Amino acid sequence: MKAAPFVHHAPRTVEEAVAVLTQVGHDGKVLAGGQSLVPVLNMRLASPGHLVDINGVAGLDTVEVTPEHVRVGALVRHAGLERHDGAAAALPLLRQAVRHVAHPAIRTRGTTVGSLAHADPAGEMPAVAVLTGAVLEVAGPRGTREVAADGFFLGPLETVLEADELVVAVRFGRLPAGTRTGFAESARRSGDYALAGVAIAVSTDGDTVTGARAAFVSVTPVPDVLDLTSVLAGARLGTLPLDAVTEAVRAHVDPESDIHAGADYRRMLAAELTVRTLVSTAAGAQEGAA
Amino acid sequence: MSQFAAEPLLDITVRVNGIRRTAAAPARRLLSDFLRHDLGLTGTHVGCEHGVCGACTVLVDGEPARACLMFAVTAQAHDVTTVEGIGHDPADLDPVQQAFVECHALQCGFCTPGFVTTISAYLDEHPDPSADEAREAISGNLCRCTGYQNIVAAVLRAAELRREREGTA
Repeated sequence: MKAAPFVHHAPRTVEEAVAVLTQVGHDGKVLAGGQSLVPVLNMRLASPGHLVDINGVAGLDTVEVTPEHVRVGALVRHAGLERHDGAAAALPLLRQAVRHVAHPAIRTRGTTVGSLAHADPAGEMPAVAVLTGAVLEVAGPRGTREVAADGFFLGPLETVLEADELVVAVRFGRLPAGTRTGFAESARRSGDYALAGVAIAVSTDGDTVTGARAAFVSVTPVPDVLDLTSVLAGARLGTLPLDAVTEAVRAHVDPESDIHAGADYRRMLAAELTVRTLVSTAAGAQEGAA
Repeated sequence: MSQFAAEPLLDITVRVNGIRRTAAAPARRLLSDFLRHDLGLTGTHVGCEHGVCGACTVLVDGEPARACLMFAVTAQAHDVTTVEGIGHDPADLDPVQQAFVECHALQCGFCTPGFVTTISAYLDEHPDPSADEAREAISGNLCRCTGYQNIVAAVLRAAELRREREGTA
């Protein structure tokens, strides 16, 4: 299967990229890693007349760690983020999650920012973005703007981005000291899109939970945060009220049925993965506290 | 104007197996097709063409990547290594290729180039994998003959061979 013909644009700066996008409008698509876009083109599910290939744009391939956030440029590959020790130390959830993105050969090319702009509910990084209160830095012909991840996603494969805008970076928010995180997903085949997945952040005081939040993969139309604090605050790490967590997750997620799994199964899976990840994350916290 | 007007061609230059190669191809030419049709390097196999099967895996700057999910024009200025660049001499096989022979890790052989490139890159980063890690390392490649047990064995044997060769070097 081959892509339909398109005009390839190779801008060298963000301004040039935005200028081309402005010119071609809805007939243009941004090409960064292409690991989701190229299959869609190969299968002719989309046939844009113009590809704006940002791989030659300077300055977009850096990861910066500050006391507040981990900033990931639009050309940082999943593999680059996975290997970045500073990012993993500042926000362990990044490495925990990115290891679940497809296979190494896909992570070599695929970009973290691209997976956010693509807005696939089965993507891992959108869930991480909302859970960490990430902010996307967007450039367009009307200047730059910042968009919170919570509010960026409108629906499956749909975001608030205009056709002439480019995401140049994402700033994942660092979590308060003492926050423990976990990530899990279940797929029919290693590296496939998850039937369900979950990212979790738990804060503790000694061996008592003070707060807990979760975001899901593949079981909500847009990634959003389930605040489990009312369910878990005050609970001891060794005796978490897991039935109440199961109920909360089941009420929150809204999975679809498809040829891979039914909605009921996905709902069960999301709750089970949350419970297991919570237990393993709590066990880590207990170890750390001991 | 004919609706079949010729598609514009670009001069695309990619450094393949250490040699700069240039060919004229449309922007939509996949790297996999560029290697096979434009450069005549048919070692890279094409399976699913949407990134699932791994048969077309090549190394881009030393890291495994799907040649069917890259346009050749985006591979410009990068180093591409195909299975031909890993080893092309039957008398002097790469450790991964040697391990495939010893462990009977290829059956029809269609998936083999993608496995060889994937495993070579993996062992560069993880020289001493466990059996479980070997299984994980090849999980992005499909073998239509389902010869996975022997391929896992070959990953472990290749790691051994690499260590032996390093030891005697």
